[in-house]
Parts: sequence; structure tokens; C-alpha cells
Amino acid sequence: MITDTDVTVDSPLIFEHSRPGRRGVLPPRAPEVDLAALLGAENLRSEPPKLPEVDELTLVRHYTNLSRRQIGIDVAFYPLGSCTMKYNPKVHEAAVQLFADLHPYQDPSTAQGALQVMYELQRDLGEITGMDAVTLQPAAGAHGELTGIMIIRAYHASRGEGEQRRVVLVPDSAHGSNPATASMAGYQVKEIPSGPDGEVNLEALRAELGPHVAAIMLTNPNTLGLFEERILEIARLTHQAGALLYYDGANLNAIMGMARPGDMGFDVVHLNLHKTFTVPHGGGGPGSGPVGVKARLAPFLPVPVVVKQGETYALDYDRPQSIGQVRSFFGNFGALLRAYAYIKMLGAEGIKKSAALAVLNANYLKELLKAEGFRVPYDRICMHEFVAQPPEGIKTLDVAKGLLEMGYHPPTVYFPLIVKEALMVEPTETESKETLEQFARAMGEVIRKDKEWLEHAPYSTPVRRLDEVQANRKPKLRWGG
Amino acid sequence: MKYPDNLRYTKTHEWVLLEDDGIVTVGISDYAQDALGDVVFVELPEVGEQVDAGEGVAAVESVKTASDIYAPVSGEIVEVNTDLTDQPELLNTEPYGGGWIFRIRPDNPADVEKLLEASAYREFAESQ
Repeated sequence: MITDTDVTVDSPLIFEHSRPGRRGVLPPRAPEVDLAALLGAENLRSEPPKLPEVDELTLVRHYTNLSRRQIGIDVAFYPLGSCTMKYNPKVHEAAVQLFADLHPYQDPSTAQGALQVMYELQRDLGEITGMDAVTLQPAAGAHGELTGIMIIRAYHASRGEGEQRRVVLVPDSAHGSNPATASMAGYQVKEIPSGPDGEVNLEALRAELGPHVAAIMLTNPNTLGLFEERILEIARLTHQAGALLYYDGANLNAIMGMARPGDMGFDVVHLNLHKTFTVPHGGGGPGSGPVGVKARLAPFLPVPVVVKQGETYALDYDRPQSIGQVRSFFGNFGALLRAYAYIKMLGAEGIKKSAALAVLNANYLKELLKAEGFRVPYDRICMHEFVAQPPEGIKTLDVAKGLLEMGYHPPTVYFPLIVKEALMVEPTETESKETLEQFARAMGEVIRKDKEWLEHAPYSTPVRRLDEVQANRKPKLRWGG
Repeated sequence: MKYPDNLRYTKTHEWVLLEDDGIVTVGISDYAQDALGDVVFVELPEVGEQVDAGEGVAAVESVKTASDIYAPVSGEIVEVNTDLTDQPELLNTEPYGGGWIFRIRPDNPADVEKLLEASAYREFAESQ
């Protein structure tokens, strides 16, 4: 199919452009050396790598055309719930450039500026979340979760309760990564049902708590976009049972600068710098998932931790109770720089204001969508996101596909699992009133289309409706050529 | 939507058949397969595993969601439907036949009697 964007569906892979001997650049001829003597014969390839051989123009066109088929935050509104697709300020790239020539094997004495950034970022993230100590190592949110739960496991083990506490409690509205994390860390997962108000059911929680519970993983505001108003009572009950309270930071954008997980009674938090702190994301990274903990858990943080000794910054590896290193080097340093730049440019007041605007935007959009005919099952003042449903008889999947035709990335669909035909919408603070209004009109337009149009949308995208079932049952994961 | 009378059901949408040999066969109801949509993957329990009633023992993934399958009664897993590994769609096409998931030797066969009858389950499912 040829589309009006002059990109064909069948645009070849870079390997299909390859012709023997074609080159983009001709590097200067290097002096002949004996590679086997230099690197060790066992490290040499027996045959050259199968790299594509293309000229420079073909290369440029190939990737430029692919990039034109993307929908991203720089192209269009991207209201993906719980993903915080906020604008990634371009000025942050300048900050990153300043550190571009740094190497992780450099002696710390020659990288004091980089260590200072990391030290201050640890401190700032601790301040924002109400935590006493922070590690910047985890490479993404789920990695942060795993690190956090491993810290909790090490804590219980240090008190001789490792064998006894085998269960992690997770609400039924949780992000799927929470039970996956607990399971990966060797825990049994027990689900806590939500009450009719969409919050954790306290009675159900009480019934499950006991000396066998290691932790509860909570998102606040939760995935319905609702603030858990009984959080202090939840924290009290959790600690009374000897368990720890884990904060999934996916939704921190709603409360950043306004309220702190540490003050609510949380013991461990992970953050997503690629959501809340404007680091670009999508396409699998690179993300960054720092973990903050209360003082009693600090000895278990991964090594190294950046410390300040007098006026010198250093990497501290001497932590005998540490769970060890969870990533090579010091985390995704580029992501850390962007988050640092964001925090310093916004300042305390700016961070507060961004949370307020995120909440205002979500509530405004919720009301606009209700006016267009969408249903909102837990309809009260929401935080940074909300969950809607299309009118009776219209499928959420069809709404999502119709939105693609309108040029928008759809919201998160079919999540949280406790709402049927869920559409989870998070506009973020960086969208204008006009954008929200245009989006609401597009949503309204989609649900007023006839059934035939809805079932076959989208029409003018590079690919039409994909066969998701076959793609899952019989995935083609590599090029056959 | 079909709710065969010879089966018992759970509120988590499993169906249960007590066979003549005292073994219990378990699958998911027609209502459940319809709600899940096209099933793309089934994670089976291990034969020989001892399970408790209400314990998550298998998982079913569809395009839009993933869902645990709970043991309706306590007992030992004696057989699993390995056809589902290559043909997960059997859950959609034959929920009460080729789409069975696992078989349990119940600790107490009378536990099956405590599960919902077809009429009660139908009422429950249709009120969801």
C-alpha cells in the first residue's frame, strides 16, 4: 500500500539495501598490525560481521523515512496513561553534550563534576520523595522495582525474618510490573481487591497482613488516577505487621512537590526519570529508575553510592550489607543529567506548579470527554490521570484505532484490569488548553463514526489494522533474508 | 453463551468436571473465554504439583489482558493439556472440550459439590 506520506509499507530493511562493497565513508588506511598478537587469537572473528553495506544517501533516506512514520511527543499529543509522556525540553540536550567525552573508567578525581551531579541528584530525589538515601543505578522502572524489593528482602533477612516473610501484597489495580517484580524476587504474590471507591479495601488488607508478609507494593495516586486517602492507615497497618511499604513511582507526577511518599509512611520508592523527570522514553529506553529508601534500609543499597568527603566526591563501594551492583558502571548517566537539569531549572516552586498543572489538565480533559459522551466509572476529582470508557456498545480497541486515523497516539487501553474497556488517559502538564480541547473533539468524533468505519480504522497510517492475534501466536522476530 | 449442566463452576470462571475415575478436569467457561478475547498463550502448571483451592496455578494471556487460573479444589495436578502450547486458540473454540487446561486428583472429591451449579454460575456471570 502506498500512502500519502510517500512511505511504503514494504519499505525494505537496511539489510535489504545492502550491496557488496558499497560504502558510506572511506576511512583512512590503517597500518597493518598483528591483531592476534594484540587481542589474543581466541578473540578474533573467523568471518567478518554481517553488516549492511550501503552508501550514505541510502542510509540517510532509510532512517529519515522510518522516523517520519513515528508518532512521538514531538509530533503529536500522546496521552498514554501511567506513562507520563511529557515534553522533553531540548535545552537538556545541551547539558548532556557537556559530558559527552566522559568515560566511566576515568579516575573519579578527573570526573568530579559528574559525581557532583550524581550526588546532588541523589539528594534532590531524596528531598522530593522524602527518602534518606538514593541509588541512581537501576536502568528503568521495573529494574528499580526489582532493586527495591531485593533491598526489602535483604532487610528482612538481616533481621532473621527472611524465611518467614514470603508474601508480597499487591492491589488488583496495580501495574503488572509489581506482581512480576515480586515474583522475580522469589516472593509469592497475593492480590488485594479494590473497594467500590477504587481505593485499597482496608478490610481485605487487614485480612491478608501478618508475620508472613514482606511488603505491600502501592502506587499513589493509583492507576485509576485516585489518591489513596487512607494511605496513613495503610502504612500504620503495614508497619504493625512488620512489613514494609513500597511506592511505585510511576504516578509521582501528580504529587511531586506537593506530598512526599516518605511522609505518607512509604519505606522504599522507585522513580521513573524517563516519565516524571522529562527524560525521553518510548522504544525501550534508555530509561532510569532510581530507588530511594528510609535510613534503616540505606545499608542495603547497591554499590557504589556517590558520597561527599569534605569537598571531594567519591564512589563508596565499602558497604558490607549492600545487595551488590545492579547495573554496569553508574546507571544511565545521560538520563541522570537530563533529570538533574530539569529539577534545577524548575526549582522547588516550578516542580510544585508542574504537578498542579498535570492534575488540572487531567480534570479538565476528564470533563471534556464526559461532555463528548465517554463514561468515567470512578468519577471524582482525579489526580494526573483518569480512566474512562467509551459509550456502551463501542469497543475501546476500535476507539484506539480510530484515534490513530486522527493523528493521535491512543491512551493506554484495557488497563487497569478492574475496569472493562478501560481507556486510561494522562495528558501531563505540558499540553495547552487548546490541545486538550482538540483531542477531546477528536475522541468525540471517533465515537460518533459508524460501526463500519470504526471496525476498519485506521485508513491512512503506514500500516492498517494489524492482526494482533497472529502476531502474538506466531511472531516473526527476525528477518529471514 | 453456553453453561453445560453437567459441570460445576467457580466465581473466578473455571469450570470443573468430576470424572468417573475421581479425577477433576478444569477449564475456563465460555463466558471467561469471551471476556478474555483471543487467547495467545497458556502457562500450564507442573504435573505432580500439590495445589490449594484458590491458588493461582496457571495463566492465560489474550491480546488485551492476562489472567490467572485458580485451582477450584485442593489436590495434585495429574495431567496438563499440552495441546494448548501450540494451539492456545482451543480455549476460545472449544472451552468445554479440547480447551481443558489441567486435571487434579482432589484431596476430597466432595469439595466439587461445594462449587456453583450451572444455573447459579450463569446468574453470577451475567450480572458481571
